[in-house]
Amino acid sequence: MNGSPQWIWELDGWIVLAGILCAVAAAIPGNFLVLRRMSMLGDAISHAILPGLAAAFLISGSRSSLTMFAGAVIVGVLTALFTEWIRGFGEVDEGASMGVVFTTLFAVGLVMIVQAADYVDLDPSCVLYGAIERTPLDTVAIAGLNIPRVVVMLATVAMINLLFVIVFYKELKICSFDASLATASGFHSQLMHYLLMVLVAVTAVASFESVGNILVVAMFVVPPSAARLLTDRLDRMILLSILIASAAAVLGHLSAITVPTWFGYGSASTSGMIALTSGVLFLTAALFAPQQGVIIRLLRQQRLSLRILSEDLIALLYRMEERPTSRRPDLVTLRSVLLSGDWITALLMRRHRQRGLVQSNNGVFRLTEAGRQLGTELVRSHRLWEQYLVSEAGVPADRIHDQAERLEHFTGRDLRDRLNQETATPHTDPHGSPIPSE
Amino acid sequence: MCPGDQALELCMDQSLTKSLSKNQSEIPLSVYDLTVAYHRKPVIWDVGFEIPPGSLVGIVGPNGAGKSTLLKAILNLIPIASGRIQVFGRSLQQNRQRVGYVPQRESVDWDFPISALDVVAMGLYRQVGWCLPLRRSHWKAAQQALERVGIGELRDRQISQLSGGQQQRTFLARALVQEADLYLMDEPFAAVDASTEKAIIEILRDMKKAGRTSLVIHHDLHTVPEYFDYVVLLNMRVVAHGPTRDVFTRENLEKTYGGRLTLLDEATEAMRRRERSM
Repeated sequence: MNGSPQWIWELDGWIVLAGILCAVAAAIPGNFLVLRRMSMLGDAISHAILPGLAAAFLISGSRSSLTMFAGAVIVGVLTALFTEWIRGFGEVDEGASMGVVFTTLFAVGLVMIVQAADYVDLDPSCVLYGAIERTPLDTVAIAGLNIPRVVVMLATVAMINLLFVIVFYKELKICSFDASLATASGFHSQLMHYLLMVLVAVTAVASFESVGNILVVAMFVVPPSAARLLTDRLDRMILLSILIASAAAVLGHLSAITVPTWFGYGSASTSGMIALTSGVLFLTAALFAPQQGVIIRLLRQQRLSLRILSEDLIALLYRMEERPTSRRPDLVTLRSVLLSGDWITALLMRRHRQRGLVQSNNGVFRLTEAGRQLGTELVRSHRLWEQYLVSEAGVPADRIHDQAERLEHFTGRDLRDRLNQETATPHTDPHGSPIPSE
Repeated sequence: MCPGDQALELCMDQSLTKSLSKNQSEIPLSVYDLTVAYHRKPVIWDVGFEIPPGSLVGIVGPNGAGKSTLLKAILNLIPIASGRIQVFGRSLQQNRQRVGYVPQRESVDWDFPISALDVVAMGLYRQVGWCLPLRRSHWKAAQQALERVGIGELRDRQISQLSGGQQQRTFLARALVQEADLYLMDEPFAAVDASTEKAIIEILRDMKKAGRTSLVIHHDLHTVPEYFDYVVLLNMRVVAHGPTRDVFTRENLEKTYGGRLTLLDEATEAMRRRERSM
């Protein structure tokens, strides 16, 4: 764990490659876990492979990796199967049924590992977060090159997953979106479900050594979730999830060997940092996504409410000039009627002055010709809507104001003309106020 | 089936005459003694009926009467306890391509990252077959179906950005593109705007003219006599089935709804008015 903070290609290159392959292999089927809202099944399966490893060893007495692999995959798929059964028979929701299945299997696994402990070197910390740093140590020779065994295995799994999604893209799409149409169209949606679960189990087992059985869940779920925030097309989502997964692996390892040294420590766990980086990338996507991001939504909301308030100010001045009252049309009055904030009202009125909609004389506002034009449009929209809501939509007169107050900001000339026609060109609104013509 | 894009119109006409001649001799759907149980409690019990070719059939009954269950059982989507179902005189397996299904709008996740056109194209997946990609002619057919339901310009809209009525139209387009002879629809009129309801019923009538049969779960008793020429009144059992003017009576509705009916008088009144005008 206390590796050198310097980048050494022969070591770090392989570690990063293993990280990328692992993250990509998990992200590909992860898209469908996320979209089918069964992300936790990835969690359940990755936990349940533990007893699979132990059972394979106890039954066959062999430590060959293929036997262990098969055992783990079988138990992983059984998890999905049992979850489905318990949900069907026990009438419990999927979350609870998963909780029952994977904790039971995990416990069985723990018991068996204790039994097998003398023969199998399953280190608890390794189970939790893997040993990706050991990647370069165990190599196999392929075409004269010494390639780490883990890299070969993860590359194979990533390739299988990619091919599966490409070949069965259409089938995965229809089965995930509408299982009953899929079945009615002759695509066996249960079969696709379990094929997907086999891939999830295979991926979880293959990633087990590198990143452990908890962090692999992050790889299944986080990159696809981040990708979903950035696009609303399935093909782009899968591509983006692959990119995000790769970025998380590269940045994760880089920060594992650099960040701790800034604080005088040795390097940190790469697998942990990869998962952490995925989380950071997700957070970034959640904040800055162009359509659904938190920030853009806040800005959009802010802009809309500012526009509405600035229009309300004009409409209020129009009404005050229409029917003169004892109140002076100054900032204090505007604020108290519209319940708006101090500086925002002042700011908006200053902008109205700059745009030539309003004149100010000793703090008293008056609409200019252009301002009156805008006020006419707004008030006309408002009163036409009130008339329409009462006469055409049958809304009681005491409930129309609020609706009209909202609608007036989204009503253009064309819509006003149609409202006018539909309500047979009224001269007053239901409250008796005159409807100005434009 | 269709050789080329230009021949599509012609081809549609051909399949229309073909299905007309087929339909004249075949009963689109026969259900015999169908029982479906959920946790050993029967949901529908000993249901049997036949519907005539080229008809527009309404399935009417109170909540929990087993209407959706009936459609799903016909489509073999849920296991049946006993009974037999025939589609155009054969088993569903043999005639699956002639049956189209429009599920309830809530049955799918509308946040799924696909466009309206993608959803419609799914209706063609069976034709395309396993693992093959869709060809340009398929996308064109999907586009035409979207245009036929009046939302051709929304093809690239992600489906959660569609209104309820537009989503329902998308589902209908997906069924249209299948070119089936028998359509099963689960509440296509639920929570849609008036213009969508009108558009849907127009399309159902066009399909009827083309000799296709539709079986539609419907809730609004007012419009039953206007929309459907045949009804199945269901409340776990079939209370009555037959031509609307014979079966859609006050007495039968009372049996179906167990006296809880408030809209009953209005509905029967609407029916009488229609009969007089006919």
